[in-house]
Amino acid sequence: MRRLINQRPGRGGALLLSMLPFILVICVYLYHSQARLAENPGDKLLPAPQTIAATIHRFAFEEDERSGDYLWWTDTWASLERLLTALAISALIGLLLGVAIGVLPYLRAAISPFVAALSLIPPLAILPILFIAVGLGELAKVILIIIGVAPVIIRDLAMRSAELPNEQIIKAQTLGASTWQLVVRVVLPQLWPRLIDALRLTLGSAWLFLIAAEAIASTEGLGYRIFLVRRYLAMDVILPYVAWITLLAFAMDWLLKTLRAKAFAWAGSN
Amino acid sequence: MGGVQLTQVTVKHLWKEFGNQVVLENVNLHVGDHEFVTIVGASGCGKTTFLKMLLGVESPSRGQFLIDGQTLPSEPGPDRGIVFQRYSLFPHLTVLENLLLGLELRGAPLLARLFGARRREALAKAHPLLEAVGLAAAADKYPAQLSGGMQQRLSIAQSVICEPKILLLDEPFGALDPGITADMHTLILKLWNMHKMTIFMVTHDLKESFDLGTRLLVFDKVRVDPQSPEAFGATITFNIPLKGHRDTV
Repeated sequence: MRRLINQRPGRGGALLLSMLPFILVICVYLYHSQARLAENPGDKLLPAPQTIAATIHRFAFEEDERSGDYLWWTDTWASLERLLTALAISALIGLLLGVAIGVLPYLRAAISPFVAALSLIPPLAILPILFIAVGLGELAKVILIIIGVAPVIIRDLAMRSAELPNEQIIKAQTLGASTWQLVVRVVLPQLWPRLIDALRLTLGSAWLFLIAAEAIASTEGLGYRIFLVRRYLAMDVILPYVAWITLLAFAMDWLLKTLRAKAFAWAGSN
Repeated sequence: MGGVQLTQVTVKHLWKEFGNQVVLENVNLHVGDHEFVTIVGASGCGKTTFLKMLLGVESPSRGQFLIDGQTLPSEPGPDRGIVFQRYSLFPHLTVLENLLLGLELRGAPLLARLFGARRREALAKAHPLLEAVGLAAAADKYPAQLSGGMQQRLSIAQSVICEPKILLLDEPFGALDPGITADMHTLILKLWNMHKMTIFMVTHDLKESFDLGTRLLVFDKVRVDPQSPEAFGATITFNIPLKGHRDTV
């Protein structure tokens, strides 16, 4: 018999195996939900699937009595707007500073240690400062995500651009490249796929900061809703919201991965 | 091509030290126009350091390094092309884009890209060269899709298209299969005669250095102190004029 490390599942087998943990979790949930509800029909901790479905329908396809909004979508849009704004700004800052630090020794000497120190500040610890300084509005939430994410992207891209083989940099100079030309034709184009990698890696912490900020001060948003209904033990809302957030995060990750493969074929898969 | 450009390389009493370690001591050399200089020597005897100084990546500790009477600039520039053993292609550009890069850098300071008539002009220059190095069929491939020999041919063409006065080759064929090396020799001699540049080539292949060069330089240490090997540096111990393959046309 072949060694375990050499035994590989086929396509169908791999698909089946990948589904297995999900199915298992769902089964465990259904079993315990049913058991609890049989004992106490008013139990709120593990709501039945039909209760969850009804709640999703109410949130996504019926107007809210008080505000007249479709809460599911207004929450989603509010959160995504914050997240995407913050990620876009972080990517821009990361790219500009990362390339500058990676390419210009003077700038590296001046701001690299500062960025390193900055990236060690726990962002949530300065959330109060943000609320005091810029108020409880959208700006504070976006800035929190940027503070959490941008230093990581800056450091990653600075390292990546410093990693480019010195031979390439010298060769470009012998072909007549100025510093600017070197950046736009040699360094930047090779960093785009790296930026996508960095964004994918920071996506998780970006969601973390978003939900934390929304939980503390907000009037709409996915994180806000979860923490709001927690008071009523409304697991029928929390569970689908969490699943929805996970799905959104997964979709964003998949989109970035696909974009990288399509747009930067030269870079290989990783 | 290239017009009349007589290139003279002069080295006078050149020393290179890293701290206490002497790498090169008292190197003197004069190389005339359109020479093919091959450089051999044991590893660690400063031949790569010498090439790096020519390139402008290292600067001399003492002495003079002159090209056409001018002190060598302390950074790489378009008058001196380089082909390294590896890693000198741009992985995000296709073969054709790699070749065009030098022309685009020179023609468009801001965007470093050429458009319209100027691009067609650049293409007209690139295509014959692509043909000459046998990469016409691979024009749209990325470097990672090329064999080692193809990569080196492209790297050479990439430098040659900029018509440098001096072309530096740092063990360019060291990583290739022996079978390919002969073709590479034919190619480099052809380009050298076409463009009339001066070539400095570091190699560890003694036969190659005799076959290709019009001048062979051997770097070695004249004095050795067994107690402190770093106390003395290497210098040019042999400077041998060779027949070479210069076209007399």
